[in-house]
Amino acid sequence: MSTPRPRPEDPAITSEIVSDHGLSPEEYQMILDYLGRTPTLTELGIYSVMWSEHCSYKNSIALLKTLPREGENLLAEAGEENAGLVDIGDGLAVAFKIESHNHPSAVEPYQGAATGVGGIQRDIFTMGARPICSLNSLRFGSLENPRVRFLVDGVVRGIGGYGNSFGVPTVGGEVVFDPAYEGNPLVNAMSVGLVKVGETVSATAEGVGNPVFIVGSATGRDGIHGATFASEEISEESEAKRPSVQVGDPFTEKLLLEASLEVIKTGAVVGMQDMGAAGITCSSSEMSAKGGVGMDIQLEKTPQRESGMTPYEILLSESQERMLLVVEKGREHEVEAVFEKWDLHAVQIGVVTDTQRVRVTWHGDLVADVPADSLVLGGGAPVYHRETARPTYLDQTQAWTPESLDDLDASTAGGALRQLLGSPTVASKRWVFEQYDTHVRTNTVSGPGPTDAAVVRIKGTERGLAAKTDCNGRYVYLNPRRGGRAAVAEAARNVVCAGGKPLAVTNCLNFGNPYKPEVYWQFTEAVGGMGDACRAFETPVTGGNVSFYNENPDGAIFPTPTIGMVGLVEDVEAHTTTADFKSEGDVLLLVTPASWRHTGGVEGSEYLSHVHGLTTGDAPHLDLDEEKAVQAATLAAIRAGHVRSAHDASDGGLAVALAESCIHGGIGAEVALGDGFDGRLDGVLFGEAQSRVVLSVAPEAAEAVRQLAEQHGAQATAIGTVGGDRLAIAVGGETVVDEAVSDLAEPFHTAIPRAMGEAVAA
Amino acid sequence: MARIAVLVFPGSNCDHDAYHAAKHVFGQDARFVWHKEESVGDADLVIVPGGFSYGDYLRSGAIARFSPVMKDVVRHAKEGGLVLGVCNGFQVLCEAGLLPGALMRNASLRFVCRDVHLRVENAETPFTNQAQVGDLLTVPVAHGDGNYTADEATLDRLEAENRVVFRYADADGQITPEANPNGSARNIAGVLGENGNVLGMMPHPERCVEAILGHGGADGAVLFRSALAHLGESVAA
Repeated sequence: MSTPRPRPEDPAITSEIVSDHGLSPEEYQMILDYLGRTPTLTELGIYSVMWSEHCSYKNSIALLKTLPREGENLLAEAGEENAGLVDIGDGLAVAFKIESHNHPSAVEPYQGAATGVGGIQRDIFTMGARPICSLNSLRFGSLENPRVRFLVDGVVRGIGGYGNSFGVPTVGGEVVFDPAYEGNPLVNAMSVGLVKVGETVSATAEGVGNPVFIVGSATGRDGIHGATFASEEISEESEAKRPSVQVGDPFTEKLLLEASLEVIKTGAVVGMQDMGAAGITCSSSEMSAKGGVGMDIQLEKTPQRESGMTPYEILLSESQERMLLVVEKGREHEVEAVFEKWDLHAVQIGVVTDTQRVRVTWHGDLVADVPADSLVLGGGAPVYHRETARPTYLDQTQAWTPESLDDLDASTAGGALRQLLGSPTVASKRWVFEQYDTHVRTNTVSGPGPTDAAVVRIKGTERGLAAKTDCNGRYVYLNPRRGGRAAVAEAARNVVCAGGKPLAVTNCLNFGNPYKPEVYWQFTEAVGGMGDACRAFETPVTGGNVSFYNENPDGAIFPTPTIGMVGLVEDVEAHTTTADFKSEGDVLLLVTPASWRHTGGVEGSEYLSHVHGLTTGDAPHLDLDEEKAVQAATLAAIRAGHVRSAHDASDGGLAVALAESCIHGGIGAEVALGDGFDGRLDGVLFGEAQSRVVLSVAPEAAEAVRQLAEQHGAQATAIGTVGGDRLAIAVGGETVVDEAVSDLAEPFHTAIPRAMGEAVAA
Repeated sequence: MARIAVLVFPGSNCDHDAYHAAKHVFGQDARFVWHKEESVGDADLVIVPGGFSYGDYLRSGAIARFSPVMKDVVRHAKEGGLVLGVCNGFQVLCEAGLLPGALMRNASLRFVCRDVHLRVENAETPFTNQAQVGDLLTVPVAHGDGNYTADEATLDRLEAENRVVFRYADADGQITPEANPNGSARNIAGVLGENGNVLGMMPHPERCVEAILGHGGADGAVLFRSALAHLGESVAA
């Protein structure tokens, strides 16, 4: 073949055109070097999306490689396949991944969130795994802002609209509100799937002469340059980028899921990759590069849903619900038959070659001819080490002490507790999760609600999976390294409280503009902290996603490295544990590190933020060795069958944890905090020092749990009993909180529906 | 063993749940029937499962009723065979004319997924003969279009003919507006066809036949036990 020629409609390649494609002059020079000539507009578009932050990870990959990525049970390491893959025994593996859809959701919340859910599901089933549950992690500004309410409404509807129809239960997640996310919400979607070991499919092209198929939906103009849009800051002009947002069709995705799993069973599929960011361009170049082969693509054969599309548009379209398949030559009809059954397109658009180049023709004319490897992460895509600078705000926040604040006393503590329970971040998310189908496929043992992590059973085995998403962005803002550690620690603690042993991690790193040295310092420190914690808990990072440029005109969001953690519940019937108090007379045990005394104050807490409007102080206390001991003790007690409920102290500290367990259980508790609880009352009640778990156990089991805790290097201190219809908390002999559980439940259950403007039953 | 056919439309997503309940929980001879098939075979009970057939992009159930298999479902029903439509299946049966009325968008205009209480109104049906009138069952709902509606004359007739099988109730068994998750007329959650052998209901009994899944126990089992008793099968309680 000859050299690709510009299309008649193409403008000349100028520095403006290059810059409009988000490519720097240095990057353009790299393209010239790779090609040895001026690229066509189509080729420029290809490099633009493939070298966007979203696809190339050019500003993050060097640091991501410092995360622990190895473990005994890992079947696919980070970056190798579309999602991580962990062996869980019984001949089964779990595939899971989390991904952001922040920018699309900021301008078009319904479709942005919906296609976020759809995209992550495809990452799972393109590997041959059937998705069994979904989770999410959402961040919004203050609900007092009508635009925020619009975003919340749209995002929740979008997640439900897609997931409910697709037929995978949304079993857990987190929703956090803080003005820091005003204008730039975070929408992170996670999917967990199951596959038999040895029945996975790789996203690799192999076998020269093998046909290449596009399957699923027809291609339209939606989502062109979505990946590039995701790689810049949200601004006044973002509204004009609405056409960059893809449109989801969960019905077609459901058909694509069933057809994909069915076609894999034929054995005729050599490799398969879903089309997300950068559509045909990304899937064809990544599959080629991974297999060390090339592809010739006859682009006009692509089923199109609009007329008059150019090769540029078809290559860059991010139309949803599509896959690229490499099929064993001679077995095309088997593949076509499956997709015909499901009424989906399956059209051969190309062939695997030995050229190591992706060559695209349009009605016989060559329009692009690029080395596959030059496009991809790990190949020729640029890799940057950005400049870092410690943000100056940390001098102020870390020097802050609570002395300027009046402490609480017995006359004000109860009111503060009720106020915190009515903080949208702490309050019940029932308004949100009742819009999601949380039970479909009948595996949900613990869904959203009174549990620290979701638990789904694995039919045909005694086992279950525990899953959780977690990150406290405020901690990361106040102390990026400790905050990064805390995100992993809390996710693991939650999995343990639900009865699971943490297995592995996927992450979604939401940060500001990486070209700002302060942002990049946060990123570097937070990734370092996550790595510290993942090594400590032996939970390798199996993959994930980086979302930079989360800024609005007022500045960057809280740095938010969301952790998606999956754990194994050995005996799902016996070990699954929830947070609600169960029975009158049960003993409350506080599991803490062995030498623990209450030293933490209100620094960095939800109390400080919600009640005093202050985001300051250092992040709360966390020591990874202490944390490991507390988790080991808690899991041992659960596995020994002693534990009736388990709940960690997190947002809102110990008092909120106790109140939540009372509200969920519909029963009170009498608590006396004595030895070890010194210092300010606000810190004792609402401080968020990490590594603390409240267990309720039958009285006769208390001693055994105490001993188990000691054996694991922790301690379990009796702090009270379950019973009655009030929560009473005494500190140092003085009762400081004495509230009817119903009075605590009221703000907890009504805060979000009220804020969303719905009538609330009295 | 009872022969139970579980229909599969494009977009069905509770088909596996119904199959699992029938096959693995109750040990019956269950099989999937693809919507393009012309016959449900010699099934004793046809389950039209929940989901979003054809994406529910037109009107819930409106396209599925034209699937080839539906002709034979109508034949099966006319000959007295049992048919249970759950959620989207209820919508399909209404669209197919096997049940009166229609299901509109929830009054809240939002999808709703939660456990509800159902009061058994008629315990002499093939699906409730193992229950008592007034029993309260805890069963989950999960739908966006569950707002049952029919004209007043039809509703009066349904009540007069004792064809309202379940109503949404509160925890004390009272029929209140607050207990109604979707705005259904007269709190109706499930209705019988004219000949008493076809039941459509929005709540999902197949989701609550095993205690491990919560939902306050396994109250949905009573529907399966009743159907099997009706078919002369012996089932362990």
